[in-house]
Amino acid sequence: MKQEMVDRIKNDPDFIQLVSVRSKFAWTLTIVMLVIYFGFVLTIAFDPSILGTPLSEGSVTTVGIPVGVAVIISAFLLTGIYVRRANGEFDELTRRIKAKAKGE
Amino acid sequence: MKPILFLLLGSAGIFASEALSGAVEKQPLNMSAIIMFLIFVGATLGITYWAAKRTKTAKDFYTAGGGITGFQNGMAIAGDYMSAASFLGISALVYGKGYDGLIYSIGFLVGWPIILFMVAEQLRNLGKYTFADVASYRLRQTPIRTLAAFGSITTVILYLIAQMVGAGKLIQLLFGLDYEIAVVLVGVLMILYVTFGGMLATTWVQIIKAFLLLSGATFMAIAVMAHYNFNFESLFATAVQMKDVSIMAPGKLVSDPISAISLGIALMFGTAGLPHILMRFFTVSDAKEARKSVFYATGFIGYFYILTFIIGFGAIVMVFQNPQYLDLAKQAVDGGSPILGGDNMAAIHLSHAVGGDFFLGFISAVAFATILAVVSGLTLAGASAISHDLYASVIRKGKADGLMEMKVSKIATVILGIIAIYLGIAFEEQNIAFMVGLAFAIAASANFPILFLSMYWSKLTTRGALLGGSLGLLTAAVLVVLGPTVWVDFLGNAEAIFPYKYPALFSVSAAFIGIWFFSITDNSDMAAREREAFEAQYIRAQTGIGAEGAVEH
Repeated sequence: MKQEMVDRIKNDPDFIQLVSVRSKFAWTLTIVMLVIYFGFVLTIAFDPSILGTPLSEGSVTTVGIPVGVAVIISAFLLTGIYVRRANGEFDELTRRIKAKAKGE
Repeated sequence: MKPILFLLLGSAGIFASEALSGAVEKQPLNMSAIIMFLIFVGATLGITYWAAKRTKTAKDFYTAGGGITGFQNGMAIAGDYMSAASFLGISALVYGKGYDGLIYSIGFLVGWPIILFMVAEQLRNLGKYTFADVASYRLRQTPIRTLAAFGSITTVILYLIAQMVGAGKLIQLLFGLDYEIAVVLVGVLMILYVTFGGMLATTWVQIIKAFLLLSGATFMAIAVMAHYNFNFESLFATAVQMKDVSIMAPGKLVSDPISAISLGIALMFGTAGLPHILMRFFTVSDAKEARKSVFYATGFIGYFYILTFIIGFGAIVMVFQNPQYLDLAKQAVDGGSPILGGDNMAAIHLSHAVGGDFFLGFISAVAFATILAVVSGLTLAGASAISHDLYASVIRKGKADGLMEMKVSKIATVILGIIAIYLGIAFEEQNIAFMVGLAFAIAASANFPILFLSMYWSKLTTRGALLGGSLGLLTAAVLVVLGPTVWVDFLGNAEAIFPYKYPALFSVSAAFIGIWFFSITDNSDMAAREREAFEAQYIRAQTGIGAEGAVEH
């Protein structure tokens, strides 16, 4: 890539927007995933009895089962949320940046 | 022959003959499993033949021409990741320890969203064939490629040994074949798939295997749940009656915060540093398809782990204490209720309990197919590191001809295959449980930090990446050797010098701090130019302008 093009794209408002919005979004989702996962394992490390509590009086199913399944589902949902926004909004911005980079 | 091996061999006969007598002396072949496996091998060799005709250039060989769709790649990634070890191992862990198995599998899943948010599209936009393309994008080729290739090859070989030994034991058990024959068979088939069919054949082997494994596991989980009218409470209640209430709560897997964090880091960053996984992102046409791949892969893998949890509990209620699967000889010595072939066979016995000999044959064939698919992906990644990073970039300084590079790749595949067969046989009697852990530790401590910082940190220099990355690699290797898994379990010492099983917290920190320190103190002209080059790289990483495209077939 030529320096002239680098400078042009770097100052393109669409590029500035893409980078700031996307990195904020990606970092937010990353932190959500880290909090969920490390919250889960650190709960186990510090007090395993919390997840070992029965769901209701007399049941064998413990709180840990729905919590564990919820962690799995949250991972899937977070990827879905990201892909949905990235394949729509972010790709549209990228398309505009590319068109401008080629056209001018 | 060692007694334990004798038992393993003997138990293979149970499925074919349904009788213990005679089976211990002879090892009858498991015919339904062998027939289904032959169908799989025939079909995949057919695909390899088809793929070979479409594999003409280096790009075809490494990335299937870049024309794999997001859905296909997601399935193939899931196929790469759901190894026989994770299918049999995690269901065995659930079978043995209940809830701890779920904790373990969750750790293997949560790396995927991070890969998507942080590396997937940048990787696709910057790289060509290997992750070293990205790591060395604006740094000096020779040192960074050499280090990255070394990290890749080490990870691949450790993983390969674990898979080969697992393959040998499993096939011996399931099919009644000799260990050596099984290992050679796996090695030869893998060499055929990769050398002739390249990435295209490897991808389709992964896809078919993922489909078979998910279908088989779904059937088993549904069959188990049907027994309990799809009521989890009654499944769990029966399981608790068979064992005890402790299986419903976290046990000893994660006992202290340091180990918990360290294991989490190893699994998350390790997944994001496995060369055979990273390579899969170059097989799709653009960043959009790369993202979709991770979305589908996360879905398939998460679903699979929920299934293995049900399968593990199903094995507790249907296999545990079932006289049909009881290892009488072992019980006579050790007491308890050991099952034939050990806990790792829990899912296999369950397949027999729910679906008879035919389904047992199917699941056995799927387990074999799984090993083949995983070793093929690993070998291709290792061969690419040798041909693309070491041969084409380091030795020929980027001036290698594409066809010659592909030829080197094929030679490397054959050599890696032979090494895998040799080491698989050499490590037969060893306790190799630490090898996958070590592979993850190295991937997390050497490959991932360099890759991540090369994408995001403008001040990274060659010196920082080289010294910091080597420091991470060495720290990981040394701490694993001094830790409980090698120092005590493998070498037989009484007490570990380094108390934690998982070194990632320390070795990943060492890598990041090392890279940071040796980069910011690097005042050379070269370092200044490398920092300047970040801007152009960043624009390409973010937008895909100038990225490698797909080729038409």
